[in-house]
Amino acid sequence: MNKFSVLLFGIFTAFFASWGVFVGYSSIVLGRLQPLPDEETRGYFPPSLSGLAISGQKSYAANGCLYCHSQQVRPPSLSTDVKKGLGPRSTVARDFLRSQPAFPGTMRTGPDLANVGLRQLDPNWHHRHLYDPRSVTDWSIMPSFRYLYILRRIEGHSSEEAVQGLKGPHAPPPGFEVIPTSEAKALVAYLVSLKKNYPLPEASISTGK
Amino acid sequence: MTALTDIAPPANARAAIDASARMPVLIFFVSAVFWLLIGSLLGLICAWKMVFPTLLGSQAWMTFGRLRPAHLNVLAYGWASLAGIGIGIWLMARLCRMCLPQPGLLSIAAVFWNLGLIAGILGIMAGESRSIAWLELPSYASTLIFVAFVLIGIWTILMFRSRRPGAAYVSEWYIFAAFLWFPWIYATANILLIWQPAPGPAQPAINWWFAQNLISLWFVPMGLASAYYMIPKVLGRPLYSNSLAMLGFWSLAIVSVWSGAQHLIGGPIPTWMVSLSAAAGIMTCIPIIAVAANFHMTMSGHFDTLRWSPTLRFTVFGAIAYSLTGLQGILMAIPSVNALTHFTDFTTGHAHLGLYGFFSMVMFGGMYFIVPRLIGGEWPSASMIRWHFGLAVSGIALMFGALTLGGLLQGLALYDPDASFKTSVEFATPFRWISGASGFLILAANITFATLFLRMLFWPLRGQASATLLAPPEETEETAP
Repeated sequence: MNKFSVLLFGIFTAFFASWGVFVGYSSIVLGRLQPLPDEETRGYFPPSLSGLAISGQKSYAANGCLYCHSQQVRPPSLSTDVKKGLGPRSTVARDFLRSQPAFPGTMRTGPDLANVGLRQLDPNWHHRHLYDPRSVTDWSIMPSFRYLYILRRIEGHSSEEAVQGLKGPHAPPPGFEVIPTSEAKALVAYLVSLKKNYPLPEASISTGK
Repeated sequence: MTALTDIAPPANARAAIDASARMPVLIFFVSAVFWLLIGSLLGLICAWKMVFPTLLGSQAWMTFGRLRPAHLNVLAYGWASLAGIGIGIWLMARLCRMCLPQPGLLSIAAVFWNLGLIAGILGIMAGESRSIAWLELPSYASTLIFVAFVLIGIWTILMFRSRRPGAAYVSEWYIFAAFLWFPWIYATANILLIWQPAPGPAQPAINWWFAQNLISLWFVPMGLASAYYMIPKVLGRPLYSNSLAMLGFWSLAIVSVWSGAQHLIGGPIPTWMVSLSAAAGIMTCIPIIAVAANFHMTMSGHFDTLRWSPTLRFTVFGAIAYSLTGLQGILMAIPSVNALTHFTDFTTGHAHLGLYGFFSMVMFGGMYFIVPRLIGGEWPSASMIRWHFGLAVSGIALMFGALTLGGLLQGLALYDPDASFKTSVEFATPFRWISGASGFLILAANITFATLFLRMLFWPLRGQASATLLAPPEETEETAP
C-alpha cells in the first residue's frame, strides 16, 4: 500500500466510525422513538401540536428565538434547573418528537422556555411581552417583535383581539390599538403549548422536595 | 512526510506555480476579506443589541435573532472558509510542486460559493432560516455551496494524484483531509437536518456532531496546514519533528471526531454518548500538545523573528490561541464546569478565541506571506500591519476576557437556586459593554487589513529588495558570517 492509500484509508475510517455512531445511531435509534399512548385521555405523550402551534414553531425558528432561549431542563444530578422551577423533570429525547426542528438551544441569555406554557398561560401576556418586552419587565434585554403586530386606528368599538394592558410609554397613541398578526398568534400558540409535565418512563417526575 | 526544504521547487518553477494560482486564490481572498468586513459589522451590531435591545429599531430583518446567525454564517462560510480554501489551494500548488490544473474550475467554484452565501444571508434576514446552529443557510444556498465544494474536491483529488513524485509534507495531509471531510459532514448535516429532516429526537446529536466536526475537521486542519507551512518557511529551518507532526495529525483525525456531544451534558441525548465525547474531548490534549510542542521547538531560539516578520507574528499568535482554545475546550468537557458555563457568554468567548484568535490570525499570517507572491509586489505599509496586529490582539483579548468573566458570573447566577434570573442579566451586562467595545477594536483591525489589502491589490510596492518587515531583522546565528 502506498502512502496515498494509507492516508485515504485513515481519513475515511476515522471519519466513518464516528459518523456511524453519532449520525447512524441517532437516526436509527433516536429517530424511531414513538409517542406513548395516554390511557386516560386516549391522547399521546408528548401531545401533538395544533396546526397554529406548528406554524408558530416556524416563526420561532425564523426569528431566531433559540439564540437566547434554551428548551431543555437538565437533570438534578448536574444542575439546579428543576430546583429553580424550569420544569418538573429533566428533558429527554422523546420530548422533541413534536419539534421540527428540535430547539434544545445553547444560550440562556433569556430564560429557558421548555415549560413556558406551564408558567404563563395567558396569551395576552405573551402578546404584550412580544410587542414590548419592557412593558412587562423593565430590565428586559429582549428585542421587541413589533413587526409581528399592526398598529391600527380604532374604528367604532375596539377589537377583541387588541393587545390589552399596554400602559404609559408602551401604550399605542390615543385612538389606536395593537392587533396581533396571524404570525404573532401562531407564535404565542406555540409558546403556550410548551409544557413538559407529562410522565415518560425514562424521565419520572420527582415529587419529593 | 518530509521536510519543507527538501521539496522547495527552484525559483523559476516557483514563479510559474504562483502565476498559475494567482487568479483563483485572489478571487477567494478578495471575497473572504469582503465577508470579513460584513461579518464583523454584523457581530458588532449584535454585541450592542445585547446591551441596547432597541438599537436600530425593531424591523424584522434587523432583529437580533436574524443578525446573529447572519454574523456567524458570514464569518464561518464567507471569511473563514474562503480564506482557508484560498490558502489551501496555494499551499497545495507549492507543496505538490506543480502549476494548478484547471484553475478555471476553482474560479467557478468561488463564484458559486459566493452566490450561495449572498442568497443564504438574504434568506436568513428574510426569515427563512431553520435556526439550526451552523446550518442556518436555507437549502437553496447550501446546495450552491455544496456544488462549489464538489468542484473544489474534484480539483483536490486531481491535484494530489498527479503531483510530482516525492513524499507529502504535513500541510498537504491536513488540506487533503479537510477538503475530503468537509463535503461529507456538510452533506450529512444538511440532508438530515435541512433537506429531509430527521425526527426531532435525533437532531440534537447530529447537530452537535456537525458543529464539532466543522471546527475540528475543517477549520482546524486548514489553520494548522498554514501554520505548519509558514513557521518553518519564514524561519528557513526544518520543522522540529515530522513524527510529532504525524502524531498530531492522526490523533486529531482519530480522537476529535468523537468529541462534541459533551457540550450536551444533561441534554436530550444518551448518556453514553456524552461520556464517550467527554473522554474524547479530554484526549484532544494529545493533538493539541503535539502541535504546540512541535511549533515551540521549531521556533525555539528564534523568537526574535516575531519582531520583524508579519507572517510569523500573526501565525504564532494564532498557534498559541489554538492551544489555549483547545485546553479551554477540555476544561469545558468536565461536567461540573460545563454545568456552570453552558448556556452562558463563556461559550461565546470560547468560540471567538477559536475562530478569531486562532483561525483568523493564522489566515492573516498566511495571507501576508502569499499575497506578495501572487501580486509580485510587497505590502505597501508596515505601520498598517503593526496597527492591524495591535488592534486585533487587543480586541480579541478584551473580548475573550470580558465574555469569559461575565459568562462565569452569569453562570453562577443561573446556577444559584436563590438568585433570580434578573441577577444573571445584571452580572453579565457590564461585561457585555466591554465586549461591545472590543467589537469596535476588531472591526477597526479588520478595516485596517481590508484597506491594506486593497492598496496591495492596486498599488503594491514594486522593486523593493526584501519583503515588507515590521522592524529591521537582526542577523541570526545561521546567517551571520
